[in-house]
Order: sequence, then structure tokens, then C-alpha cells
Amino acid sequence: MMTERRTFDVLVVGAGPAGLAAAIETARRGARTLLVDENGKPGGQLFKQIHKFFGSHEHRAGVRGYDIGRQLLEDAAGAGVTVMLDSVVHGLFENRVAILQAGRQITVEAGRIILATGASENAVAFPGSTLPGVMGAGAIQTMINVHRVLPGKRIVMLGSGNVGLIVSYQLMQAGAEVLALVEAMPSIGGYGVHAAKIRRAGVPILIGTTISRALGHGKVEGVEIATVGPDFKIIAGSERVLAADTVGLAVGLTPLAELAWMAGCEFVFSPRLGGHVPLHDENMRTTLPELYVAGDITGVEEASTAMEEGRLAGIAAAESLGIIDAAAAAADKDAVRRRIDVLRSGPFGEGRRTAKAEILKQRALR
Amino acid sequence: MRVEKHPVLGDREVGRLVSITVDGKEIQAVEGEPIAAALLAQGMRVMRKTPRYGEPRGVFCGIGRCTDCIMTVDGVPNVRTCVTPVKGGMVVTSNLRDGGKE
Repeated sequence: MMTERRTFDVLVVGAGPAGLAAAIETARRGARTLLVDENGKPGGQLFKQIHKFFGSHEHRAGVRGYDIGRQLLEDAAGAGVTVMLDSVVHGLFENRVAILQAGRQITVEAGRIILATGASENAVAFPGSTLPGVMGAGAIQTMINVHRVLPGKRIVMLGSGNVGLIVSYQLMQAGAEVLALVEAMPSIGGYGVHAAKIRRAGVPILIGTTISRALGHGKVEGVEIATVGPDFKIIAGSERVLAADTVGLAVGLTPLAELAWMAGCEFVFSPRLGGHVPLHDENMRTTLPELYVAGDITGVEEASTAMEEGRLAGIAAAESLGIIDAAAAAADKDAVRRRIDVLRSGPFGEGRRTAKAEILKQRALR
Repeated sequence: MRVEKHPVLGDREVGRLVSITVDGKEIQAVEGEPIAAALLAQGMRVMRKTPRYGEPRGVFCGIGRCTDCIMTVDGVPNVRTCVTPVKGGMVVTSNLRDGGKE
């Protein structure tokens, strides 16, 4: 196979919110920047986010996800980022990255590599959970909002975090009926404002309840739910069947860190942030000097934080290459860090803030 | 089923319609949409059956990770239909088997 070779100052893997933001920051500072994504379109999961974002004005609060995505694409083009789509990064060896594009092998050598590969949805096992019609909530969201296809008409959603709440509401906007949102924990996981919207629309949110079985031959034809006790075990006799044809699973995400494992950087296990994440410092630098991380790969949060982490990684990478001096970098990084602190404040941000601080602490110890 | 009207996104913009063949049946699809989206729009949910036990599988993750939705496309086996765009004239088969080894 013919191998094409190219050289860049910075290579960013993943064109979602974190990767786009990182690439914009490095390119704006004069680094020749390549942004690679396996999908045919950039933007990651932003273009299915049709709800308005939270936060303050400087976090683009009140702006819908797809509009933030469009702005990032414009900024990336304006900054001179080279974007390579339909291209799978399958190898990472120090400063060399192996890319497969339509059967063509490309090797890119880059001074700094920023991994912004995101996360994937968790599954949960119950009898019938492999039946067609049981889908990740994010997969449902992509189908209805991006491709404008309803995968089912009567849905039971499992998990009351923001993903479960928001996708339930968006299913209704798309014309589906949400029969119930069930949550094994004793309280709702996500924001009250999202929960209130679906409750006002008449959807029961059943806490202390789980899916015990998906029923059907060849596809989902019914969903059995059941009450759980304090030990999360199903209380016998509490089972009842809902006439659903689709199940959405909104039970968390796991960082997609395969490339970081391959590169050989050190990891830390953070249950609060979704599992094993590359150990990194306050500059988003891993234990390998050329390798940076940003966004959900560093621990699952949300798009606003991912963008800020991308900016931080981009500024720090440019600084470490000597493209900008330490004083200029310090001012820019401080501004980003202040915004990140705001995003991780309050009762919902507290857990993430503590978990992130623990990662930095672990990094300092090794 | 297609989401034709939407309170935030507005009316669905219909892209270029093309025909593809799925297990011998011709269906209409939007050029460039994932094959899996075209199938779900027709209510076709079973993308394959597992080789050993013949259990049905469909779209789960939608981002090309879980490989539950793989089908044979234009003779190429194990194609992830959730991330492979539709082209006119595609021939898609689901490798359906009743279980057991071939």
C-alpha cells in the first residue's frame, strides 16, 4: 500500500466541540494544524443538540448546540485549520499518526497531538436488551434530529440524567410518545428544568424503578418495568408491562481512550467521570510530552466544558511548541480556566470539579 | 417513519431521493443519509442475526462502535450501516440466517 507522508505542527483527533476549539486556538496562533475525524461531517455530537445551552453569556448560554457547531466550523475555516474527514486515526506512535482514508494510508508527523475523541454510550444488560429497538439515547437523538427519522413511536427511556431528560423531550418534539422515564436511583439525576418540561408534558418520571425485561419476537414489542428496593434489586410482584416499541438507554458514557492507551500514557480511574481517563496536568498534557487530551476523553462532562478544555489544550500546545511566549499563554489560559471553574460550580458541577481536581493531584504525585 | 414537521427544526428538507435494494426489496432513501437511517425510516429494524444463535440485532450505538448494525453492502460484508452513507443503487443484504453454522 502506498503511504503518503505529511507534516504539521499540531494534529487534533476528533472534530467535535473539544477538537474544533483546540484546532482553532492552535491555528489562530500560527501553528499549522490538521484536524482529523472519522465521520463525513465535522461537529461531533453538536449538530443533534437542538436545545439551548446553559451557563453564562460567555458560554453561549441560550444558543442552540447546532448554532454553536456552525460557529466553530466558521472559526476553524477562518483560522486556516486543515480538516480531513472520513479519515480514521488507527495508530499513534510518539509524534507519528497513522491515518486510513478511503483505503489510502497517510502518515502524519506532528509536533503536538491533541486527542479529542469523545465518549461512547454505555449499555445495560437485561433480558431482551439486545432486541432491535433497544438503542442508546444519543443514537435516538441523532436519528430524530439529524436524519429526521423516528426509530419508534412509543418509547420507554431508562436514566434520568440530562441525556435521558433531554432526549425524552426531543422525542416528543419529533412526534413520538414517551410512555415513561424510569430511574433506578431514588432521585432525578439531571437538571430540574429539563425534568419539569417532560413532566408538564405528562410523562411520568418513575424513580426507584428499572427495566426488568424487553419483550418481543425479533423486535421490542413491550417493556416490563419494576420497582427496586434500596439494594437496587427488583421487588417481586412489582413488574408491569408498558406497550412500548422502543427503549432508550441513557445510562452514562465511557471515554473513548483507545489511542491514548496505544500511545502508552498513564491513566487514572475516575468512576465519576466515566472510567479510565488519561492522566493529565492543568495544561491538558498527558504523561507523554507530545500528547494532549481535551473533552470527554478526559472525563465525561458536556459540550461547553469540552470546548473550554479544547481551548486550554490548544493554547498550551502552542506554548510548548514555542509559538507563543509564556506570558501571552498564561493570560489566555487563566481566562479559560476561570470559565471552566464557572461551568463546574454549583451542586451539579461539584462532583465533576472534585473528580477533575483529583486527576490533577494524581498527576502531580507521579 | 420520517419526522416531517418539527417545532424547532422546521419542515424536513428532503434531499435527493435514490433507490437502494435491501434484501431484494427496493426502497427509497435519501442520498448521503446513513443506510441504517433509511432502513429505520421504513420500519426495518433487524439489520442482521447473530451467526450462532440467530438472534436479531439492530442499531444500538449509532456511531460505528458497537457493530450491531453491520450488513453486507455491495458485496462487502460487515459494513457498519449507521455510519455508511446511502448511494443510489446500493445493494444491501442482512445475512439473515436461522441460527447454527452455515
